Amino acid sequence: MAEKYEIKISGAKDMPPMAASLGKMLVNKTGSWRNIRPLVIPEKCNGCSLCWKFCPDFCINIDGDYPIINYDYCKGCGVCAHECPTGAIIMEEEIK
Amino acid sequence: MRKVITGNHAVSYAAKIARSEVVAAYPITPQTQVVEKISSFCADGEMDAIFIKVESEHSACAACIGASAAGARAFTATSSQGLALMHEMLHWAANARTPIVIANINRAMGPPWSIWTDQNDSLSQRDTGWIHYYCEGNQDVLDSIIQAFKVSETVSVPSLVVLDAFFLSHTSEPVDLPDQKLVDKFLPKYEAKWKLDPKEPHTYGGLTGPDRYYELRYNLQKDFLRVEKVMDKVHQEFKELFGREYGRVEPFMADDAEILLVVSGTISSTAKQAVVEAREAGLKLGSLKIRVFRPFPFDLVKKYLKGKKAIAVIDRNYSFGGEGIFYSEVKSAMYDDPHLPIYSYIAGLGGRDVAVKDILAIANLAKEGKCDHPTWWGVKL
Amino acid sequence: MKTTIPKEELIYSGHLACQGCGATLAMRYTLKALGKNTVYTIPACCWSVIDGPFPYTSLQIPLFHTAFETAASMASGIQAGFAIRGKGDINVVAWAGDGGTVDIGIQALSGVVERGDNVLYICYDNEAYMNTGIQRSGSTPVGAWTTTTPPPHFKKVPKKDMVAIMVAHHIPYTATGNIAYPEDWIKKVNKAKEIVGPKYLQILASCPPGWKHSSEISIEVVRLATSTRKWPLYEVEHGKYNFTRTTKKFVPVSEFLKLQGRFRHLTEEEIDVIQLLVEEHWADLCAKAGIENQFADKLEEYTEKVKKNHPKWFHIEED
Repeated sequence: MAEKYEIKISGAKDMPPMAASLGKMLVNKTGSWRNIRPLVIPEKCNGCSLCWKFCPDFCINIDGDYPIINYDYCKGCGVCAHECPTGAIIMEEEIK
Repeated sequence: MRKVITGNHAVSYAAKIARSEVVAAYPITPQTQVVEKISSFCADGEMDAIFIKVESEHSACAACIGASAAGARAFTATSSQGLALMHEMLHWAANARTPIVIANINRAMGPPWSIWTDQNDSLSQRDTGWIHYYCEGNQDVLDSIIQAFKVSETVSVPSLVVLDAFFLSHTSEPVDLPDQKLVDKFLPKYEAKWKLDPKEPHTYGGLTGPDRYYELRYNLQKDFLRVEKVMDKVHQEFKELFGREYGRVEPFMADDAEILLVVSGTISSTAKQAVVEAREAGLKLGSLKIRVFRPFPFDLVKKYLKGKKAIAVIDRNYSFGGEGIFYSEVKSAMYDDPHLPIYSYIAGLGGRDVAVKDILAIANLAKEGKCDHPTWWGVKL
Repeated sequence: MKTTIPKEELIYSGHLACQGCGATLAMRYTLKALGKNTVYTIPACCWSVIDGPFPYTSLQIPLFHTAFETAASMASGIQAGFAIRGKGDINVVAWAGDGGTVDIGIQALSGVVERGDNVLYICYDNEAYMNTGIQRSGSTPVGAWTTTTPPPHFKKVPKKDMVAIMVAHHIPYTATGNIAYPEDWIKKVNKAKEIVGPKYLQILASCPPGWKHSSEISIEVVRLATSTRKWPLYEVEHGKYNFTRTTKKFVPVSEFLKLQGRFRHLTEEEIDVIQLLVEEHWADLCAKAGIENQFADKLEEYTEKVKKNHPKWFHIEED
């Protein structure tokens, strides 16, 4: 749970008249779902951005020279590692 | 301006005068003239609305909800099978708190096919969270639709305005079409507080667990309780602007009545004549019309039924395996008065005529304490 | 780093999709094309849950959840509500799964398209009722296992051709897409959003639990759907067919099928039937697009193969 995104509703009087969203799902740190985690090997990265393109949880940052995984949300699906053409991402056991 | 128009056209004029912005409708007897007239209003430029010619009533209600969620004033009309087909979406409209208004022509449910008046179609929907108006005449129909928009938009609860098939829908009566400027003053443009707006995005109707759903429903009922005060205020405002008086109930010679009829729809109109004739014959008869069925006017029913010798509830409906529906609710209202005799008379299902003589006969049965719990008045065994 | 698709996300992480969910990528790419001036309505489907529970959401654009069969009709009402208030420029999108489109939602969709309402209808197709636990839909392909089509009663009737149905409604624009080809999809969404009138797009989305494959091959699998020509990428503009991706290389459909547990039970002759269906569909599209069928020999080959040796449930005209 990412506390900063938490919406506190104590009861009926705090609620909108219908179920209208008040906050973002960023509150839910799906990183806890992982059994395996992606590990980036920067030297092997060719900057193709395919990992970012195919990430179903959009938790890969490509602002820099190589991808940086946001482990708060990464579910460990392995798509990035599988799609990477240069083997710059490998999957390893999650350390709990 | 006064016009001699049918109930159906009263609905069309009301939709126009109330400045409905989106009408999504599907034809069904005996509602078709409603949508035909609205179509021609739109085509002539008399009405600035988008008319979506949907492919079913279920879609009609869905489209009205969508338009309302987008912030527009939405309206449609239907009847019996069509209203039944909308059932799922009636729940959706109420729970999504979209203040749409639907005119329903009370028509018997099939099979067998019937096009004549009967209240089971609308009363089957009583648990869906809608405000219900049962109209007595075409003026009532027109005025109720205009009032319904105001009440609905104030409390964010949708309204069902009900009129009898053929007795109102196809019968012409003189109706006063209120001045558009006055109506605009009474009913300004709809400004939704919660709506679909890319500038302020929200997700509406997301999955809600038992920890929160309960309170959302509590809030809906809380707003239903507000409806009564809001309606009383709206009726007062309407009277001041248009000179016509409306209530959640309408008593007729009720104060000193010994036998009180509880009626709704066009039977209320016939009952008034029966009351006058009964009084001439020496019976202290009175009637109480229930105009607003949801929220049920428990307070007013208690007020007018207190101290009477007997109550005769006439139901043009039946909850099979149970009781006449208005009867159940009236009985519930009078629970604290266990000695008051309340009798149930079923009449007029499937459009069978309920004439003055029928009502007088029912009143006499009630006077004599005769009721079969219920009496199916006029059934040919 | 350079990207081939817009960088901005209009969707938050933390959503409830399964690992490797294709439907989520479909949503992500679509939002990149549509931008902020967009309103969605979503009927019962995986996305009803993926978005997250009240009071949270993962979308950055407004969303109105609606009943199962009403995606199209709800969208129709929403766009009318905006239009009458002078906000007709807002993209109104009905986003539904295959069940809510080809089965229960088909009436409302047909109505919207026939009327010509200004709605963009997008079906993300994972080929079964996945949200309720993988039951067959009218979009489940021939040969597939689902919980309601367990072998030997696997689905033997063909997948509904929604694009053909839309073309029969004289729709201004309809197209197929695949999450493995986001650039192609985004181009189509961009094209659709400029058209005033009904538009229907159908994007194939892999589903690891429903298609029975491991999550990391989610893109590889669905890419094969197109490279084997089982799910061709094309568009139809006012009845005019155009392939947006074509190939000269024969990749047998078995390459696609063998990666998925839902096709594990198929015999060789049953796989040949599926190959024949691929060839027939491809030949039909080539004829409609007015291009030469580079695989005409395969159509002949598989027609003969299947005629000689076909399962009893498959209908083929004997000589």
